Amino acid sequence: MKSWQKHLGLVLPLLVVAGVVLWPIITDNVSARESAFTILKAIALASSLNILLGYTGYVSFGHIVFYGFGGYVGLYFVNDHGWSIWAGMLAGGIASGILAFLLGKAILRLRGAYFALATIGINEAMKAFANNFDLFGGPIGMVLNFSVYKAYGGAAEALKMTFYIMAGLTFAALLISHFVRSSKFGLGLLAIRENEDAAEVMGVIAPNAKTWAYVLSAIIPGMVGVLFFFKNGHVEPPVAFPLHSSIELLVMVMLGGQGTVLGPILGAFAYQGMRGYLVTSDFFKDIQLSVSGVVLLLIVLFIPAGAIGWLRHRIPVLRRVLA
Amino acid sequence: MQQITLLLTSLPDGILLGFVYGVAAMGLTLIWGVMNVINLAHGPIIALGMFGTFFLFIRLGINPYLGLVPIAIAGLLLGVVIYFTAVHRVINAPHLSSLLATFSVNMIIIGLATAALTTSPYNVDFSLGGFKLGSATILGTRLVAALIAILVTGALYLFLYRTRPGKFIRAVTNNRAAAELMGVPSTRILALSFGLGTMLAAVSGALIATFFPFNILSGGGYELKSFVIGVLGGLGNPIGALIGGLILGVLEGIIPTFMETSWVPVIEFGLFVVILLVRPKGLFGAKK
Amino acid sequence: MTVLLSVQGVTKRFGGLQALTKVTFDLPEGQILGLIGPNGAGKTTLFNAINGVYPPEEGHIIFRGQEVTRAKTYTMARMGLARTHQIVQPLNELTVLENVMVGACFGQENHSLSNAYGIAEEVLEFVGLGIRSEQLAASLNVAQKKRLEMARALASRPKLLLLDEVLAGLNSSEIGNMVETVKKIRERGITIIMIEHVMKAVMNVSDRILVLDYGQQIAEGTPEEISQNEKVIEAYLGDPKLAEKLLKEE
Repeated sequence: MKSWQKHLGLVLPLLVVAGVVLWPIITDNVSARESAFTILKAIALASSLNILLGYTGYVSFGHIVFYGFGGYVGLYFVNDHGWSIWAGMLAGGIASGILAFLLGKAILRLRGAYFALATIGINEAMKAFANNFDLFGGPIGMVLNFSVYKAYGGAAEALKMTFYIMAGLTFAALLISHFVRSSKFGLGLLAIRENEDAAEVMGVIAPNAKTWAYVLSAIIPGMVGVLFFFKNGHVEPPVAFPLHSSIELLVMVMLGGQGTVLGPILGAFAYQGMRGYLVTSDFFKDIQLSVSGVVLLLIVLFIPAGAIGWLRHRIPVLRRVLA
Repeated sequence: MQQITLLLTSLPDGILLGFVYGVAAMGLTLIWGVMNVINLAHGPIIALGMFGTFFLFIRLGINPYLGLVPIAIAGLLLGVVIYFTAVHRVINAPHLSSLLATFSVNMIIIGLATAALTTSPYNVDFSLGGFKLGSATILGTRLVAALIAILVTGALYLFLYRTRPGKFIRAVTNNRAAAELMGVPSTRILALSFGLGTMLAAVSGALIATFFPFNILSGGGYELKSFVIGVLGGLGNPIGALIGGLILGVLEGIIPTFMETSWVPVIEFGLFVVILLVRPKGLFGAKK
Repeated sequence: MTVLLSVQGVTKRFGGLQALTKVTFDLPEGQILGLIGPNGAGKTTLFNAINGVYPPEEGHIIFRGQEVTRAKTYTMARMGLARTHQIVQPLNELTVLENVMVGACFGQENHSLSNAYGIAEEVLEFVGLGIRSEQLAASLNVAQKKRLEMARALASRPKLLLLDEVLAGLNSSEIGNMVETVKKIRERGITIIMIEHVMKAVMNVSDRILVLDYGQQIAEGTPEEISQNEKVIEAYLGDPKLAEKLLKEE
């Protein structure tokens, strides 16, 4: 592998994300910042999911559970125990990581659609649980005490700060994705994706590798959850565990190309861009969901490898570059 | 003592509902068993069945039980259309493709229906009265729905085991490649199975609409229940689905006697995951 | 001579089917053991028992002095066992090079990625797939996929290599190449068990031969002994003259 090619595989994704981060800073526009936040959030979540879906080949339909669970845990500490947003995010990330570790030990034995179904079940069970769990406010959820923002120079400053933290988390997700992809651990994951039994025969300890992939794919979503609920000022069960968002993440990864670093980034960007256009367009705004559905169907039927996968197949030289 | 009274009031209702859940689940597991596709458009189709009852009864004044016939036919045709547009191309692709293909159908239906019907609740004002059974009141609509559910199960069973297309469906379920070699027209059989699956979903929705208010999103909950029943009862087995539905209905009847009703989904989905782990092919009638 | 692998009374059932009955043999380091027998005799099942795919119900398997009867496949791989599959199992969407790097990375020597890269290139040259290294594994033909299986196994630098019908489905010139490759592997001091239906090749290459029939071990010995063994001729070769002919042809 030539070194410039290896670097390009990281530089390209970094440039795309840097562009999204700089756009609102340069234009100094609050609504651009909000859009950029949404896109960065999608990129961070989709890149995390890609570690499990794209590298390891396990289809999680309930990945949003880590976002919701981590978010709840973090916000609980920030709100009820006066922790800083940093400590709260750390707690949320760790909580999601531990949840993934425990779940992974159990459900990663399931293959194919059974795994996908189990992840749906877990997400729904967790949502129903949060609905009943008094510490997390039950069905009402938790409302952040606005005085919390004072420590960060008031609400406006705090919101500005969340954007920069989100940018940081997105870069972190991207780096994790890259380093997993180009490591020995990642090669083991790819082998599992292609043929788990054959991978084990070659010495890949699949149960451990899968569990760690699951954990790695859960930590950033947990932290993003804390940050987002902190920014929003409240959390309630349907907002924390929307099954729909889980599937949107799958669509993003699929759209850009699973198993590549750049794919989920482009997919998240394109999907959020499309949604942004559809919800604001006079013609499409009422049937926005249907149009997204048609687009998804066309992708699944005609370019299942996603945009990047399609390019890689057409132009073999790109295989190294678009890692 | 109070708990027993409570149990006696809620249990019969749970059992009757369980039969209807069973029909919904049968639609899901039939498709799952035959072509190994989990139909994520199941919920919206159940909801379309609900709206079918609403329009036939409220707008056209057709008796809801008579209305089941056109709803069933429409459900069958819709399923065949969905099969050929969304499913046929991905039937041999990895699971992610077929899951996302059926989910895109889910999005399309919900998007269009939300635009046309909004998400505010609809109600079919239809009653057959009720009668007292001990401390419980049995609603006529639920009793009839349960009876129809049993009839539907029996009819499906006869269809699968006594008719030529039914036998073809079972052959394709067992081994599609071998069935093709024996001259079974597998594409047509797959399309028919998908149509039957959506037909069952639509019929269950049409029945549910006679006693619960609903909107276009209401099908989602029944779709999830169908998953639970599917892993309880095994795949492609109508009797298994009916028993699975009953178990779920009984659970929903029993749980509220010792904890808050809101815990029911926690138990249901917890149970679902546990069964997936222990007996992924279902508690009964595990084949394949 | 040290015993590398010892199989003691290994028995395996699938439901009512007795797939292996008390199979027992010792394999000294550096030898090639040929495993022959009619279809369904339990040859691949024996491989699966040894490398941990289906642990046996009875008996013991000792590898490098350790009890490994119920060890997982990855444990066996990390102890220095490698195998090829009768039905090839390429990692389709990875390149040929990456396929082989998996073998080097996760085998007994547990190499880093950059070391594995070097090993993989060398092994691919050795099996004659050097020019294909950047292709996707899915794009290879059957003969090339068999070589890829071999390369992946070799890249792990195994102590013991299980070859499951590497010659099946190849044409005669490809068979010739593959036999040469197997001989070269032996020269590297790797112990081999090979399942083979191409009698000429297996008689020619093996130090000893073990014959299975309906899961029973009906004979074990040198190729000469086996070719004259009444039971083997009856059960397997059918024609009493065939064995002699096979030996003489080479």
